[in-house]
Amino acid sequence: MNARLRWRKLVSNFMLTMTGVCAFVSVAVLFFILGYLLFNGGTSINWAFFTQLPKPVGEVGGGMANAIVGSAKLLLAASLLGVPIGFLGGIYLAEFSGAKVASVVRYAADLLNGVPSIVIGIFAYAMVVQPFKHFSTLAGAFALGLMMIPITLRSTEEFLNGVPRMLREGAMALGASKWKTISTVIVPAAYRGILTAILLALARVAGETAPLLFTAFGNRFWSQGWAQPTASLPVMIFTYAVSPYEDWHRQAWAAGLVLLGLILIINILARTILSRGIAVPRS
Amino acid sequence: MQSSPNPGLSVNVAATATSSAREAIGSIPLRMKISKVNFYYGTKQILFDINMGIADKRVTALIGPSGCGKSTLLRTLNRMHETVTSSRLEGEILLDQQNILAQDVTLLRRRVGMVFQRPNPFPKSIFDNIAYGPRINGMKGPIAEVVEKSLRHAALWEEVKDHLHKSAYELSGGQQQRLCIARALAVEPEVLLLDEPCSALDPISTAKIEELLVELKSLTTIAIVTHNMQQAARVSDFTAFLLIGQMIEFNPTPQLFTTPSDPRTEAYITGRFG
Amino acid sequence: MPSAGPVTGSRSFLAKLRDGDEIARLVTFVFAATVVLITVLLVYELWINSTLPRHKFGLHFFVTQVWDPVMDEFGALPFVYGTLVTSAVALMIAVPLGIGASIFLAELAPPRISDTLQFFIDLLAAVPSVIYGLLGVFIVVPLIRTVIYPAINKPLGSLPIFKGPSYGVGFLTAGIVLAIMVIPYIISVSREVLLSVPRDQREAALALGSTRWESTWKVVVPFARTGIMGSIFLALARALGETMAVTMVIGNTPKIAASLFAPGYSIAAVIANEFTEATGELYTQSLIALGLVLFLLTFVLNGLARLLIVVTTQKGSGVSA
Repeated sequence: MNARLRWRKLVSNFMLTMTGVCAFVSVAVLFFILGYLLFNGGTSINWAFFTQLPKPVGEVGGGMANAIVGSAKLLLAASLLGVPIGFLGGIYLAEFSGAKVASVVRYAADLLNGVPSIVIGIFAYAMVVQPFKHFSTLAGAFALGLMMIPITLRSTEEFLNGVPRMLREGAMALGASKWKTISTVIVPAAYRGILTAILLALARVAGETAPLLFTAFGNRFWSQGWAQPTASLPVMIFTYAVSPYEDWHRQAWAAGLVLLGLILIINILARTILSRGIAVPRS
Repeated sequence: MQSSPNPGLSVNVAATATSSAREAIGSIPLRMKISKVNFYYGTKQILFDINMGIADKRVTALIGPSGCGKSTLLRTLNRMHETVTSSRLEGEILLDQQNILAQDVTLLRRRVGMVFQRPNPFPKSIFDNIAYGPRINGMKGPIAEVVEKSLRHAALWEEVKDHLHKSAYELSGGQQQRLCIARALAVEPEVLLLDEPCSALDPISTAKIEELLVELKSLTTIAIVTHNMQQAARVSDFTAFLLIGQMIEFNPTPQLFTTPSDPRTEAYITGRFG
Repeated sequence: MPSAGPVTGSRSFLAKLRDGDEIARLVTFVFAATVVLITVLLVYELWINSTLPRHKFGLHFFVTQVWDPVMDEFGALPFVYGTLVTSAVALMIAVPLGIGASIFLAELAPPRISDTLQFFIDLLAAVPSVIYGLLGVFIVVPLIRTVIYPAINKPLGSLPIFKGPSYGVGFLTAGIVLAIMVIPYIISVSREVLLSVPRDQREAALALGSTRWESTWKVVVPFARTGIMGSIFLALARALGETMAVTMVIGNTPKIAASLFAPGYSIAAVIANEFTEATGELYTQSLIALGLVLFLLTFVLNGLARLLIVVTTQKGSGVSA
């Protein structure tokens, strides 16, 4: 083996090792994040965190009960907006529409998906906050709901298309109308996949902060009904983290742990279900 | 039938088709010698006790029905089987009396080149495709000359000499395959392996490449896998017939096709199965 | 797809209605159309709510450095600058790391390890921006201030990009946090694209006597280069629109500065910080105008990215002439 070949082999081994290092570093970040959150947040989680309201500025203690409830309300309302539009729209794309209309709708959904979340926030502000002249849970839910639409739409369409022809044709051969076929055969066959996709969409918007900054805004107290501004976990994390108070930093870690924990659990569950037995459509 | 003092050189032919060492006729030296080769993918055995030689500056054809292992055997000759992690090779394969399994694989592959079933030019210009091999191997001499020489050997020069910097993908299928042959020739291999090189091509391109192979053997030793018996009969000097991983017969081509020494060979070449 | 009913062409509308098919088609159509409507409305609202600054400043908006709410002078330049610089820093870190990792996952790692690692990478992509911001504030900022800044500023402090004091926040900090956020996008898309490169490209390179690295770097990666470019565009689009993490670590100073250690501002960050404080129509609308700019930038980039990625994955499965 001559010198040149020896050098080439050396380079090859070195570079290939480096790619392994890159992969390792990238994955290690995830565990690093988790570790840090567990360490800093784990020590700060207590019963008070889940049950108490925030204390006045500067006072130590208190919790984020209102933010937790607020986030739950926001997600619930967001689903009521985003899921039907995405789901039924997806049915239209998969079962009824012609190619041209379908591509227009898909294009719009992709476009919507790529809009930075802060711009969605601006849109929600213009549509819901401005006319009523105040921040509200509804406005926040509107923004988050919009963000759920593209994922739900695409996933519904892909999972419905993934249902085998034979199932469809079997139902139709028995005389079922199109809608009956869809509602009693096709959707049930695809529902598990669609449900998991919806969960993934929820997990994604659960962590969104930017669109809430000027829609749901925030609240140091309980938010009554749907027309008042409300606290939410992500916004609390933001507010507390950039504040000068040590105790608030501690609470921000706790909130971060709770939020990320929830999001990761949903993601792991959903992805594991999707990768087993249910055809995973390529997005 | 036996070994002269220098076993790597001239060897005699065996009249019967048994699994003892196969050897070529007369005093034609062997470039490569395959002895007692068994091959496995995981626990499944693909090749059983293969013994044969690749004669220097001749064309040796490997024929047999689908799944008989002929491509697998070919790929062991430049250790391409190692790209599959579950593969396992037992036995000895010599190139000029050196065991290829003990050599550096990168060096080996420069000496034993390969052309694949489907044309697979790189996403580069025609020139850069041919120049790739010489460049990474640091071959001496102006690259342009090497490129021209290789393209001439592959009978492609006249067609592409004014378009060397166009993308290789603009060529037709037959031209792309000749490009791949030129690319392999550019590193001046001692042996050139071709794995069903014409199976994806039209008859005219096939004919051109067959002509080419006959001319190329003066340049480099050739081993070709083909499922087309007539092709084997047309271009090769020696033919090996494989069936279910075993070498049934290995003889000079005219002999194998006119008076095959094994009934299975005869059945295959007369089309009774395949 | 036409609805499946008896073939007699002239079924009465009422009969179809009773079937439920027409209603179903109509209802689902309305919902699908809503998606398009919403998108159109979004662009419209952005446009309509930014008329004031557009009329007052025109294109000048993009070259004015001044951002002075008191004097009603608004210029986008500091934010465009900040957005571009932080994104550039992010890409400079994320692209080599991401491509390197994707090469490992696609070419070297056995399928099960590759899939497992990819699973973790996908989880990274699911971490919300505000969590990255949290870690940025409490880990990266002190790191820059106490370790990285002294290490770089002492030897190289005379270079304009490393000049000046550091408070921990700034362009570099934001760039680093952004890099971590966009790496998963580069890795997952590049990995898929590399996996779609036909086997015999790599084999042809190996058969010519290439080392594994040479076959990967000189043949496989170039084959996939369009798709890899697409992944970079995607990452860039994500970086441009990133709000929370950047806001928390960039320093929120609407100034253009050459030094990476200087505090700055980005489009998304200024909207996030100042929107609720904006007094007066011009102020609010200028922020919305910035939102429109951001929208257009990400729109173009996402479109390009999609084009590039689709082209490459098709090339892998298609056969050339």
